[in-house]
Amino acid sequence: MYAFAYHQPTSLKEAASLLAGEDAKIVAGGHTLIPTMKQRLAAPGTLIDLGKVPDLVGIERSPRSVTIGAMTTHGAVADSAEVREAIPALAELAALIGDPAVRHRGTIGGSVANNDPAADYPAACLALGATISTNKRKLTSEEYFTGLFETALEEGEIVTGVSFPIPHKAAYEKFRNPASRYALVGVFVAKRPSDIRVAVTGAGSNGVFRWTEAEEALGKRFAAKSLEGMSPSADGLNSDIHADAAYRAHLIGVMARRAVQKAADR
Amino acid sequence: MTATGIGASVRRKEDQRFITGKGRYVDDYNRPGQAYAYFLRSPHAHAEIRGIDKAAAAAMPGVVAILTGEDLAADKVGGLICGWMIHSKDGTPMKAGAHPALAQGKVRYVGDHVAVVIAETLAQAKDAAEAITVDYDLLPAVVETAKAAGASTVVHDVAPDNTVFNWHLGNQADVEAAFARAAHVTKLDIVNNRLVPNPIEPRAAVGEYDEAEEAFTLYTTSQNPHVARLVLSAFIGIAPENKLRVVAPDVGGGFGSKIFIYAEETVCVWAAKKVGRPVKWTSDRTEAFLCDAHGRDHVTHAELATDEGGKILALKVHTIANLGAYLSTFSSSVPTYLYAPLLSGQYNIPAIYCEVDGVYTNTAPVDAYRGAGRPEATFVIERLVEVAARELNQDPAKFRRKNYIKSFPHQTPVIMMYDGGDYSASLDKALEIADHKGFARRRRESARNGKLRGIGFSSYIEACGIAPSQAVGSLGAGVGLWESAEVRVNPTGSIEVLTGSHSHGQGHETTFAQLVSDRLGVPIESVTIVHGDTDKVQFGMGTYGSRSGAVGMSAIAKAIDKVVAKGRKVAAYALEAGEDDIEFKDGRFSVAGTDRSLAFGEVALQAYVAHKFSGAQLEPGLKEGAFYDPTNFTFPAGMHICELEVDPDTGVVTIEKFTAVDDFGNVINPMIVEGQVHGGIAQGVGQALFEGALYDSDGQLVTASFMDYRMPRAEDLPSFEVGMTVTPCPSNPLGIKGCGEAGAIAAPAAVMNALTDALGHESIAMPATPLAVWRAAQGSPHLRPEAAE
Repeated sequence: MYAFAYHQPTSLKEAASLLAGEDAKIVAGGHTLIPTMKQRLAAPGTLIDLGKVPDLVGIERSPRSVTIGAMTTHGAVADSAEVREAIPALAELAALIGDPAVRHRGTIGGSVANNDPAADYPAACLALGATISTNKRKLTSEEYFTGLFETALEEGEIVTGVSFPIPHKAAYEKFRNPASRYALVGVFVAKRPSDIRVAVTGAGSNGVFRWTEAEEALGKRFAAKSLEGMSPSADGLNSDIHADAAYRAHLIGVMARRAVQKAADR
Repeated sequence: MTATGIGASVRRKEDQRFITGKGRYVDDYNRPGQAYAYFLRSPHAHAEIRGIDKAAAAAMPGVVAILTGEDLAADKVGGLICGWMIHSKDGTPMKAGAHPALAQGKVRYVGDHVAVVIAETLAQAKDAAEAITVDYDLLPAVVETAKAAGASTVVHDVAPDNTVFNWHLGNQADVEAAFARAAHVTKLDIVNNRLVPNPIEPRAAVGEYDEAEEAFTLYTTSQNPHVARLVLSAFIGIAPENKLRVVAPDVGGGFGSKIFIYAEETVCVWAAKKVGRPVKWTSDRTEAFLCDAHGRDHVTHAELATDEGGKILALKVHTIANLGAYLSTFSSSVPTYLYAPLLSGQYNIPAIYCEVDGVYTNTAPVDAYRGAGRPEATFVIERLVEVAARELNQDPAKFRRKNYIKSFPHQTPVIMMYDGGDYSASLDKALEIADHKGFARRRRESARNGKLRGIGFSSYIEACGIAPSQAVGSLGAGVGLWESAEVRVNPTGSIEVLTGSHSHGQGHETTFAQLVSDRLGVPIESVTIVHGDTDKVQFGMGTYGSRSGAVGMSAIAKAIDKVVAKGRKVAAYALEAGEDDIEFKDGRFSVAGTDRSLAFGEVALQAYVAHKFSGAQLEPGLKEGAFYDPTNFTFPAGMHICELEVDPDTGVVTIEKFTAVDDFGNVINPMIVEGQVHGGIAQGVGQALFEGALYDSDGQLVTASFMDYRMPRAEDLPSFEVGMTVTPCPSNPLGIKGCGEAGAIAAPAAVMNALTDALGHESIAMPATPLAVWRAAQGSPHLRPEAAE
């Protein structure tokens, strides 16, 4: 780790003005950034810790949505009675992130701001049609996730929360990378009031994406059988020592069928 | 049996301090005025070093010194050594390339040591290392085991075809004759995957120089501190042995990787004098992946000849063993004398011939890792036997039983004289525990759920307790492999045992104390086990090869016998009786046929106050030492059965049942032994299904962190079914065979035999990752009957 300046602002405004400084970076739970800094692969001059900013932690349920503050940990989402009742798939997803230590430090805001292509939350955001709130505006998930570790966040913009519309049914199935336990393939299926969405994380070389052929097939009948024998094209899928593109394409089909089955059984 | 004696599952005495965070590991040692070392490592697998510019770095804040291979050469510090001489079949000695602790002119693998920066803080040392400019002239890398020999890239000039040795064992003519008359020949190509040891505590060292005493101290993560001192003194030339103290305190696992004398530890102790400060280095996990000696990495072709009835006639094996970029401390012995002599397995095989080519590559050095040679041998014979049974349409268990050695002693065609065992007993017990009879039903149930179920056997044998010093000397070992002990009885009757063994997770502080408590009848709390400090303990050989029970405890037993003999003399004077009339039982010396007796502690006090005998009659004191040299290897053996299920949709393998029936001879602490079995199986399953060190064609280690190197986890494993059979070892006084490596030796073959049984074909290698299993399942005749045609 290199030396850096450290700030703990007590308001969003103060955080944003500090973020305008040169080479500054926000730290939330720190479970991606700090290990990278320890390995000297990242070297921000200034760290702005959001831990003391009020109103960023918490889960609010309204009749149609669940809103989660950016600094809410994965553990809190996994254990939340509101989330479990309203969107059980989201609580289950949170419970599958990392290990207990990660879940008790890592946050939803940190996860969506980093947009790791193998992270779990982006799949839930895209499938459920979540709205990402920042200190400046609100963005749809389609607008927000723009590529590998890329988001629509502009300079000085800070994620403050994520709002998930409550679906009729949803489920998440994750095939873990055998070593890192990130998603090798994660498929989030949501039967929403207006449509059906299937979002895939871990597999796409451009990050999270929607599998539209599956959505169409499920539109006719929301059943695992509708996806029988289907898998997306392997073009544009990642290939590494743990899984080549063909295997990932196959697993997307398997995980999607399992997720649909699980959702249908709810 | 008493509550704390031999055979009791005594809770581990050392665990209180370990689980309350009070263990003292090397990194917990901080010496006054210490500076921190950081090693600048090669980012390239193979390159000439044209120059190292350290001027800018040397001027950075906090830098104490920057040292390179030139400084080592100027101080005439010797290179690292390989302590086991192997001769090729043509009689020529192995070709050992120079192995300087800091590179001299060339780097040979990613992580090779280029320079050490010593600074006030670790961060300053790292900053300065980044400011060093190394002018590399890149060379192509040779990486693949099977392609190293004769490659255009030469790792060491002394071995122009990258071959360290072409070694062989057995009788080739006998084997060829047997193959010529065989009814059936089974052939297999086998890759034994390269593994990274990954003990939970990474290596660490603190070197210190005392100017007044002109003496060095090295605190280090070692399994064998005396051997480290011997090598650092006699070969590397740091200091005479009497001026070098090596301390290996609490050590958090080794699995073999902490046997070896490495560059970093050597540099820390040498540099301490050079910079006049204690020098500390603690490996980070990346360094551990790159530079701890790796394990395994064999490419083998093997053939088994059988007659019409399925009796094994002969075995021939050709193995290429990747030894990495340099010969690590005991590397040459692992794929030779620790490997080929075990190829007979539990079977009566009249003729065996094995050739091994050791090769250099631009990868981390490869040396002993839990099992060391024996897992590789077991994998070859147990895969071959399983496939032979399948090809001959014979039940794999019955095929094994038919070929088991049934009378002892048994001389194999490859050196080993098996002294005892009962392999059918282990098989029977394992079949029963594993509910083998119910397997067909369970397989049908799995099939109904779309899953493939398989069962696999592994009849392993290993040679432990290494070993008779004369025997290993005749095979090329540079050291003897006896063990030492000293039993010091204090005037109050409490006892210190100084052992040359070293505990780094095995629980010696408990098991060794159990032996003393049992034999001397003293409470286990009054016994303290001392190890790991060359200033306290007499010369000893350390812990590896499952030798601490069979050899280390035998030395303690021998010393205890001497203590009892001396105690009888003291008691005779104190009780005014003849020595021949003194009996020792349950902690009391008594005069036979009377009620006159003294407790052990009272006799100890009499020995030290020396009031009841004169100096002319008897020496005062009660302290005895012993060296024990075993008369043979020990031969733990057993049967492991793995039952697993494959999800053909995902390639995920679930181990449903794992049964281990082991014959370790007599057992001191069944709980600790069972723990050793569990850990060994976990590592064996890890090798079979998860772990594999992978270099790309440029020699970069792709699996250099836990993000890509998959370790076994608790959730991967079922609750093991562990059983034991006991045939006491005839070649040591305690009847112990050793248990530390059995699981890692037996499990890989059991798992792969089960997996290939589930798949219905043999085309899959370790590690059988989900990707590999999914691909292999595509060709399974159990899923697609047409594929069988």
